[in-house]
Amino acid sequence: MLTYNSLRQLRDTANLELKNKLAQREDVGIKEDGSFYLTDPYFAKQTRVALRNCGIIDPLAIDESIATGAYIALADLLENDVPGPQIVEDITRSGLRGRGGAGFSTGRKWAEALKYDVEQKYIICNGDEGDPGAYMDRSILEQDPHCILEGMAIGGLAIGANKGYIYVRAEYPIAVKNLKVAIEQAHEYGLLGDNILGSDFSFDIELRLGAGAFVCGEATALIESIEGHRGMPRYKKFRTAHKGLFQKPTVLNNVETFANVHMIMLNGVDWFRSIGTEESTGTKVFSVVGKVNLAGLVEVPMGTSLDEIIYDISGGIRDNKELKAVQTGGPSGGCIPAELISETHVDFESLEAIGSIMGSGGMVVMDEDDCMVDIARFFMEFTVEESCGKCTPCRIGNKRVLEMLERFVEGKGEEKDLKYLGDLCVVIRDTSLCGLGQAACNPVMSTMKYFRDEYLSHIVDHRCPAGICSALTAYEVEENCIGCGLCKVNCPVQCISGERKERHFIDQEICIRCGVCFEKCPVNAIALV
Amino acid sequence: MITFYINDHEVTVPEGTTILQAAREIGVEIPTLCHLDLHSHAMDISNENASCRVCMVEQEGRDKMLTACSVVAWDGLRVRTDTPKVIRTRKMMIELLLSDHPTDCLVCFKSGNCELQTLAQDNHIREIHYPGAHNVCEIDDSSFSIVRDMNKCILCKRCETVCNVIQTVGALTTVGRGFETVVGTLFDLPMNETTCTFCGQCVSVCPTGALRGVPRNAEVWDALADDSKTVVVQTAPAVRVALGEAFGMEPGTDVTGKMVTALRSMGFDYVYDTNFAADVTIVEEANEFVHRFTEGGVMPILTSCCPSWVKFIEHNFGDMLDIPSSCKSPHEMFGSLAKTYLAERIGKDPKDIVVVSVMPCLAKKYESERPELSNEGHSDVDLVITTRELSYMIKETSQDFAGLEDSDFDDFMGESSGAGSIFGSSGGVLEATLRTAYEILTDEVLEKLDFTTLRGLEGIKEASVEINGTEVNVATASGLGNARELLERVRNGDKQYHVIEIMACPGGCIDGGGQPFFDEGSDILEKRMNAIYEIDKNKPIRQSHKNPSVIKLYEDFLGEPYGEKAQELLHTSFVLRPKA
Repeated sequence: MLTYNSLRQLRDTANLELKNKLAQREDVGIKEDGSFYLTDPYFAKQTRVALRNCGIIDPLAIDESIATGAYIALADLLENDVPGPQIVEDITRSGLRGRGGAGFSTGRKWAEALKYDVEQKYIICNGDEGDPGAYMDRSILEQDPHCILEGMAIGGLAIGANKGYIYVRAEYPIAVKNLKVAIEQAHEYGLLGDNILGSDFSFDIELRLGAGAFVCGEATALIESIEGHRGMPRYKKFRTAHKGLFQKPTVLNNVETFANVHMIMLNGVDWFRSIGTEESTGTKVFSVVGKVNLAGLVEVPMGTSLDEIIYDISGGIRDNKELKAVQTGGPSGGCIPAELISETHVDFESLEAIGSIMGSGGMVVMDEDDCMVDIARFFMEFTVEESCGKCTPCRIGNKRVLEMLERFVEGKGEEKDLKYLGDLCVVIRDTSLCGLGQAACNPVMSTMKYFRDEYLSHIVDHRCPAGICSALTAYEVEENCIGCGLCKVNCPVQCISGERKERHFIDQEICIRCGVCFEKCPVNAIALV
Repeated sequence: MITFYINDHEVTVPEGTTILQAAREIGVEIPTLCHLDLHSHAMDISNENASCRVCMVEQEGRDKMLTACSVVAWDGLRVRTDTPKVIRTRKMMIELLLSDHPTDCLVCFKSGNCELQTLAQDNHIREIHYPGAHNVCEIDDSSFSIVRDMNKCILCKRCETVCNVIQTVGALTTVGRGFETVVGTLFDLPMNETTCTFCGQCVSVCPTGALRGVPRNAEVWDALADDSKTVVVQTAPAVRVALGEAFGMEPGTDVTGKMVTALRSMGFDYVYDTNFAADVTIVEEANEFVHRFTEGGVMPILTSCCPSWVKFIEHNFGDMLDIPSSCKSPHEMFGSLAKTYLAERIGKDPKDIVVVSVMPCLAKKYESERPELSNEGHSDVDLVITTRELSYMIKETSQDFAGLEDSDFDDFMGESSGAGSIFGSSGGVLEATLRTAYEILTDEVLEKLDFTTLRGLEGIKEASVEINGTEVNVATASGLGNARELLERVRNGDKQYHVIEIMACPGGCIDGGGQPFFDEGSDILEKRMNAIYEIDKNKPIRQSHKNPSVIKLYEDFLGEPYGEKAQELLHTSFVLRPKA
């Protein structure tokens, strides 16, 4: 069992050991202040706060976490008997906002839970990261679990909770394993459990595994799930901070939020406020995927421009194609058109102002080859699949939205459908019970707003400008055909005819638009029309 | 108290009041669908699911929509129910529900009583702008009592609330996700393989035709048309105080005489009364109690006339199957006697006798199919129809029910005491048992026949009666959640009870799953209950063992009460069933 002093001694000795160990590695450098960083330019251009230890320390060795400062802030708070309201005040002053999506002030959330004078309160860490292609939380949970445990314990100390739950996806087995090991090690050191570091503060953490429902990332559905019920959002008569888990005051924050708590308490409120913008302080981790040269996790100060993220850090668009749009905020985020990219900065206000959301940090970059109608259809397919089925607009409304988009990409839409679709999206947004339904139509509404021409092309001209929607594209053999027959041989449905050395012909009735002929033609005589 | 505004009307209500509750107070009717205030069903709970999103109102100044049913109003809040946005939203919600609903209203059993149909009509839905795929579900008609047609489910989850929270049966739960979400059963088992007790409370609260009773009325017409059959009908105590509602009569009207006239005109050969059999049940049960009480048998004795309750104890309290009385339920006793005692008297082969039971209950349909409830290969009861089904049949005959003359049940098995009639209300069986058991045990005349503490719609009622110097503790529970609570007390030995009455439906049979549907917020149950006690009050004989027809039955046919022949014909056994 560690004491305040032995913990600090351990930090010092472990820090020396870690320095020696990392000195062997070429990809890790040491800054002037003694902190470590990944030297690759991709990382060096970022401001890594939540991800600072990822790829650097061994997550299974608690000493390495302590070497970088884990549990030191908690020890300081305990030793100095800092009262809960003071911690809440600090978090409020830091301007930290929830990193899970809505961006609600973490301090205000904590203050609300602090208000209620009851014996049992809870801290929940939401690690049910479900956005396709997003691995922000996963990286932190897998590679720096102790910063989360400490962040949660600080939350418990602040609001007067002695019990915490981490709700983590079962599809993250490494995160689950590393968290288990971390909790065990923290127990052994007396950093979790009864009378932490000999103080009278006790705090314990349990893991709860999600069973693969996207909607369980929604706070009330997550709580239902921990309670053992079907993961469906509750209607809220009371705030979660008032009556949450088992009807007790509960603070539920995202993984990245807790990682930031740990850093704020370690480095101070002023340090944190110096990063980011006035309204959106600190950094944000984005999972940049799609048509960029360097896909991966990017952590930058709030307020960084999309340009900087896409071109400076992520290496620009693949194959020198034109950037078309960027979708932020996961499957229910909006699509930002290329013309707005350079003026768009990633902070809560700016993204909302142009019809998108920060979300948990998903960022999909699309180029000229992407069809925006198809993109909208793709994201709707996801939310329809993941709707819990509880409320009418989300269960049936979103299905109808998807069906309409499916008709559009098949060229079966009608112009009046655009009005119906627009009306329906607004009603779904206004009436859905939880955030999943309320945000589900964002990709549709934003693409209808910024890419209306593409919708009209599909509906009126029965044409997909990007050539993605197979029902609306056709391959034709042009005059420069040399009659080599390669296309004919490779066609899987034998729809190409023609004599040798003569121009060939594609039977559009049989053609399945697979594009094999297009790829095989040695003289580029097959055209996509 | 807080003050807020609905359509500029100032409303002052206690803190914690929802917008909906406040609106109702000032006469603003905000349409709802999933919401159901179950207080009127003698259940202290509301279905607060807030899932249909039909009741949305607009918050002024914030362009925000709020669900009236779930949002608690706050001081200074301003909402409107009359804006284009509210109306468009509500219509769209109804259209969406209809877009995934079979619009076969003309032939739907719920037509005329369907809340979705009414909602669509009231909101003038004439076109579905968002047609699309339907979530097609197989109809589950595996049980004898309840048909589940989830194609018509709108996921209000009232059935789930009733089944899980009030009845604690847990047969229904939401399964699947997204558009394919349905209210299903555990592991998607057919209803007849679940722990469902067929109380039918889910059917009572279902706003659409998704849950319904298994209809048998057509088969009754077939039997009536068959000249080779002698068709005998019996009507349960709770039917006569509710049937009139189906014909627009004042709730709580006793329509016994008109019902008998209608049944006779439909062609039933004998129109008898389950109340007579209820008297027989009391004689048997009181004697069984006296036997157990004086011989040091196991206590308490639990009533066994509710088939839903019997199935509940078989599933959930397998260790306590020796406690219930072995008596068959009254209509089964009747059926057994009809095919022996009556058959002998009218000189008919039991196989040519069709016993039809008119019951307020859906579980009776299942009960009549239990193999042990038969005698020499003849099922005691052949067909069970509900109060609702009887009302359909009467309507089919074009009779002006309200204008019918009164007539009496046929002799022989038609006479009943006041004790037999109160079986229809929670606490009635217990009161009737005490009226007889007291006199058997003490050999004295019971002066005060009314045990008023056992009356009323409360979930659990208790009383103590001194008999021969012994304090006899009795209790009654209605609603299976309450029954579970009472049984846990018995199991834990918290208190020594001697007689316990349990009815599965909250309030007793007057609230049975086969009774005419009624709206939330009404006092219909109370009126039905009062009518039952009024019938009792006006009976010249108010104790079962004093019913002359019952006395004659024992003298001429059965011999000793709880004797050998009575045990053979009128008693049954129970089956241990799985917990899940």
